[in-house]
Amino acid sequence: MRRPGAIWRELVKNLRRKPATVLYPAERLEIPENFRGRPVFNPATCIGCMMCVRDCPAKAVKIEKVGEKKFSCTFYLDRCIYCGQCSDSCVKKSITMSHEFELACFDRSTLVDTKKEDAQAAK
Amino acid sequence: MLIELAKIVIFPGFLFLLAYSLFAQWLDRKLYARMQNRVGPPLVQPLADIVKLFSKETIIPASVDAFLFRVLPYFAFAGVTTSFLFLPVYSSTPVTSFPGDLVVVAYLLTIPTLVLSLSGWVSCNVYSVIGGIRCLSQLFAYEVPFFIALLTPAMLLETWNISEISKNLPSFLAAHPVYIIPVGVAFVVAVISLQGKLERKPFDIPDAETEIVAGPFTEYSGRLFGIFRLTLDMEMVVGVSLLAAIFLGGAMPFLGIPGLVMFFVKTFFILFILAYIKTAVGRIRIDHMVSFGWTTLAPVSILAMLFVVILHKGGLL
Amino acid sequence: MNENVILPIGPQHPLLKEPMHFKFTIDGERIVDADIRLGYNHRGIEKACEARTYTQDLYMIERICGICSHTHATNFVQAVEEIMKAEIPSRAKYLRVVVAELERIHSHLLWLGVAGHEIGFDTLFMLSWRDREIVQDLLEIITGNRVNYGMNTIGGVRKDMSKEEISQCLAGLKTLEEQTLYFANVAQNETTFIRRVDGVGILPKDIAISHGAVGPTARGSGVDLDIRRDAPYAAYGEIPFQVITSDRGDVLGRTLVRVGETLEAIKIVRYCLEHLPEGPIVVKLPRKVQVGEAVTRYEAPRGECIHYVRANGSEKPDRVKVRAPTMANLVSIRHCLINQQIADIPIIVAAIDPCISCTDRTAVILKQDGSHKTEVIDWATLRKRAIYKKPLK
Repeated sequence: MRRPGAIWRELVKNLRRKPATVLYPAERLEIPENFRGRPVFNPATCIGCMMCVRDCPAKAVKIEKVGEKKFSCTFYLDRCIYCGQCSDSCVKKSITMSHEFELACFDRSTLVDTKKEDAQAAK
Repeated sequence: MLIELAKIVIFPGFLFLLAYSLFAQWLDRKLYARMQNRVGPPLVQPLADIVKLFSKETIIPASVDAFLFRVLPYFAFAGVTTSFLFLPVYSSTPVTSFPGDLVVVAYLLTIPTLVLSLSGWVSCNVYSVIGGIRCLSQLFAYEVPFFIALLTPAMLLETWNISEISKNLPSFLAAHPVYIIPVGVAFVVAVISLQGKLERKPFDIPDAETEIVAGPFTEYSGRLFGIFRLTLDMEMVVGVSLLAAIFLGGAMPFLGIPGLVMFFVKTFFILFILAYIKTAVGRIRIDHMVSFGWTTLAPVSILAMLFVVILHKGGLL
Repeated sequence: MNENVILPIGPQHPLLKEPMHFKFTIDGERIVDADIRLGYNHRGIEKACEARTYTQDLYMIERICGICSHTHATNFVQAVEEIMKAEIPSRAKYLRVVVAELERIHSHLLWLGVAGHEIGFDTLFMLSWRDREIVQDLLEIITGNRVNYGMNTIGGVRKDMSKEEISQCLAGLKTLEEQTLYFANVAQNETTFIRRVDGVGILPKDIAISHGAVGPTARGSGVDLDIRRDAPYAAYGEIPFQVITSDRGDVLGRTLVRVGETLEAIKIVRYCLEHLPEGPIVVKLPRKVQVGEAVTRYEAPRGECIHYVRANGSEKPDRVKVRAPTMANLVSIRHCLINQQIADIPIIVAAIDPCISCTDRTAVILKQDGSHKTEVIDWATLRKRAIYKKPLK
């Protein structure tokens, strides 16, 4: 039956309901398992095959040789599109996608994330 | 004399109207948002909007008649503010009153619409001109039913004085319950035409955002636009108070503070109906609007009036 | 007064979410003529694809459109797989269908909201977008992202679905179905909505065919055309589903088709999740693609999307060409608009669900002196010019 105000049911429900809006910094949604956040490099397993560099669509990965079988990795997070192809391409799974997503900042240069072999060197 | 001046400027005059219109805007937006399952604005948002608009640069296009362009918002503002002085707020006597003030208020409430269409013409912008034309076409559709609906209780009580009507209507209806039918019908017609008068959904045709940007307001900015916004909010409060006074007895049956509370309760009720209509429907087209006004609203309001004329004036009851 | 007024709409206008220009000749409230101009949002993606490897192109192609990103990505990988004559695992095919149909639900709910907004029915807009969050969350659970899912890879899909994810997905679909039925009820009963779409923007069947309309625009005019059924790709050949058509031909017909398709898509996803075959999700394919070319067709939420890929034996494609569904539907807009009212412009334009950035292209070549002289260059030079050499820092 045609009538004006056919949407009434949901309106009456909504008056008694909490708003659907998630007030972001205070409330947070659960991040799903598959989420692709900031890429993380593990220098211990990297063999320097450069597959990640070849496959990155945004040219956001740089691998440099810093010593015998030792490599450092730089992510240009400002350019990264968080597709996760680098972690797929990596044969040794040295790159993984974390769940960290709050990367906004005022200075673009802070988004260049270099990871050398510091963890190994400390041992 | 000082007291009279204070009444006009502070309470229940200009400043009260200003404060209440900002609150009414907030209430309207909050209800709208909550019915859409959103959070809605905080209480100070309408004030913040107005302060922002008043502190911004006013741009006047090169090709417009600058004098008229500047003056028009104040005309609408003055018309609406004046009309509030005739409405009873906390007692049965408003700031100023004379026999026949109902007609004056109805006419003063037409000024904003005329000013809008005129400002659309002045703006020299194709969107504004279309908006202005639509304003006027729409005026013809809702104005007649609105007037007739307002005159139905007036004819019943044989007075055209707003405070007299608000004072006597409840007791009259209690004595003759059969007249609840025509007055109720007139109330419904008045609420719907008020929605058209305030250019709210489903009758927000003159400033349909997705079609003609902001209609007559397209070229307005800064302070002048702020005045327009305030005027529309005030018009809403005046219209709501007018309906509360005519159909629901205004502040009756109390005086003083309880009367003021009664006034708020009744106006909130009408504001809620207005917000609900705004939420529940989409915008209709100008030809639908005009045909709805003349084939539904006008005949229904005339029938209600005929009912009163035949039964009451004809002496049947 | 013989002169008609010109009403310009766009490239910047509240009606348009993306830049496009309309020039309407109006007589009072009636539209006498309409002129459509594109070219404000051309991004040169097709050309840029020639400078990247196939894997990199996949992510580039995915970003042609934010709403039908899976459409373009799937279409592209299907073309590449066809050139390579690769057969992908059937689990991957089903997963592609799951994401594709969820994308269709999300696109159609989005459209319903936009249609509501265009006729000033903002409540419908808010509520349908609120419930669209459910499908967005499902997509995020399955693929890891709300838009630009990154689900496809050449030779299969990248993410598998666990048992838990499947049950989450089925639970979400249940709420979604209830809400879609509710919106279908609103769209069919609300007077203000019906009066704005009933008999508005009529596109007769013969015009729809002659103007090459596709997708819901064509199906709303009674053209029984659906690539999923007519030329099945992925797992569509094995899935039972109905093609929704309407003979109305107006905006209401297109609305009914979209609402019906949303309900149908929910059924398809449910079928896929219940009949998901076991097995691997990806086959390993070489990086270099042998010489060849392929055209693939795909039923995007907006209609038939065509991709053409030509490979020259290297890691990079020789040519990539995209014909987005909006390009086919734009032609029919003019016919729908003439003799309608100004107030109907938004809903008629929105009724084809235009996606300008998918469609946009530029073709005019001007010499510096302003003359229209064009120059003829061979393919190799054109290709060389298109490829940028400056490396990123």
